[in-house]
Amino acid sequence: MTGPGEERLDPADLLRLVNAAASGKRPHFFADRDVDRLLAIVWAMAGELAVTRERLDTVERLLARQALLSRSAIDAYRPDPQAAEERGQWHIEYIARLLRILQQEVDALQRGAAEPGAEDVARELGP
Amino acid sequence: MNAKAGIDCAPPWSDVGQHAMSPQATHDEIARFNFLANFNKYMSSRVVGGNAVAYAARARPAWERERGRAPQDRREIRAAMAADPYYQMWSSLRRSAMEMRQQAGRALVLRQAEALRDRARSLNAGAPTLRLDATVAVPRYQSALDNHCMPGSYFAEYLTDDVAAAANYDAGMFATTTGLFGRYLDGAGGGVARWLAARRPGWQPRRILDLGCGLGHNTVPLARAFPDADIVAVDLAAPMLRYGHARAAGMGIRNVVFMQGNVEALPFEAGSFDFIYSTMFLHETSWPALRRILAEVDRLLAPGGLHLHLEQPPYRGMEEFEKFLRDWDCYHNNEPFWTTLHDTDCPALLRSIGFARDTCFETSIHAVVEHGMPKVAEEVEDFGRGGMWYAFGSERPGVVS
Repeated sequence: MTGPGEERLDPADLLRLVNAAASGKRPHFFADRDVDRLLAIVWAMAGELAVTRERLDTVERLLARQALLSRSAIDAYRPDPQAAEERGQWHIEYIARLLRILQQEVDALQRGAAEPGAEDVARELGP
Repeated sequence: MNAKAGIDCAPPWSDVGQHAMSPQATHDEIARFNFLANFNKYMSSRVVGGNAVAYAARARPAWERERGRAPQDRREIRAAMAADPYYQMWSSLRRSAMEMRQQAGRALVLRQAEALRDRARSLNAGAPTLRLDATVAVPRYQSALDNHCMPGSYFAEYLTDDVAAAANYDAGMFATTTGLFGRYLDGAGGGVARWLAARRPGWQPRRILDLGCGLGHNTVPLARAFPDADIVAVDLAAPMLRYGHARAAGMGIRNVVFMQGNVEALPFEAGSFDFIYSTMFLHETSWPALRRILAEVDRLLAPGGLHLHLEQPPYRGMEEFEKFLRDWDCYHNNEPFWTTLHDTDCPALLRSIGFARDTCFETSIHAVVEHGMPKVAEEVEDFGRGGMWYAFGSERPGVVS
């Protein structure tokens, strides 16, 4: 569990907390809200592709600077058990990031009671 | 491949100013912010303008065909645009970008939440300048919705003495604002200090109050500009104050008391402050609270004193379509008081609640940012994320202390 009174974050909670939704009903903009959901996933994927591209760019620039790059070495590479584990964990985190929108939907369903929209609160807070 | 697309790219997140509370960021965490900053830049430079095109070409004619007249105000424009596919796509992407910015910031800070908390504990240990009060209640206008889509808002505490909410806010704002607030996000505070120096050359206010200070990023420039002043920075949220106090301590700031409290009613005597200010705070309150806060400012301001509040520009005089676009954050980014505040004539409000003997004014404040950071004059303002602000306040007659 997490919360005031705990000295440490529970590692089992970390991924859920990282991907948590803000309170308030999530707006949708398309007539079919599945389009909003799909776009959220596609856009997260776009972001991750950009991140990968930037990392690759960093690697290429560093290797070029040191004249170390060999294509055949990349093709022949096989991860050792520790590297395989690290890469597998990376995939888990990556997928959780892409599917954040689904986690948030389930969280909202689990919270149950309808949450107010910003429009309702705007009226409540107004004159 | 790298031919310039005619848009200046955002400064890399690795340019963000380092301080004692900075999280350790990996290559990919930085790259994630870089993608989001450049996406925000692209949206505000190239994509948002298409809404006006879609309105003129598609949404307005459709409305006119159905009703025999054009939409009359921003609410009708909003209704007309709700069915427009371009507006839908822009809005859906924009909402996703807000959420991705939160995800990126939380992924960065929550994995090191204990280390950040421990650093804050060490910097804050025994300091009389950090005054937390667990009995301060969070009012409805702060509890009803998580502010601008920050999960848990300013208040989330996942651990004892947690500071992660503030660390996330601090880390992500550089990407959201594409560097326009400066490397330390203190462009507004720097702008206030520079404006004061021009308005009252040589003035050294002795007692300064920052309302809704958050993590104190806009308190620090005032503390530096007036090193002999006693500054009180008040906020509701303990995580922001713990982090802000530690951040400022690491910068060598010693003349700010970070105090947990509700600025609608503060435990200070009448006339306690020479200069009272707020930066992008009032739009996160409510109509009754705004009136109470300004009445409290009226009570706390000393003779000869001055107060100033930075906000987004008021809607008066704007095209209805512009108002409609600016309303987006109110309804879709959890800023529920945004629209009401920007519809308000703030100087008139001041005069109506007790500042009658003061000289009320409106002005604009430009961010003061480091050399090499983008400046707003070269930028398209992105509805609250640009480096310039509307401001209002008043000057009190009396001997300037």
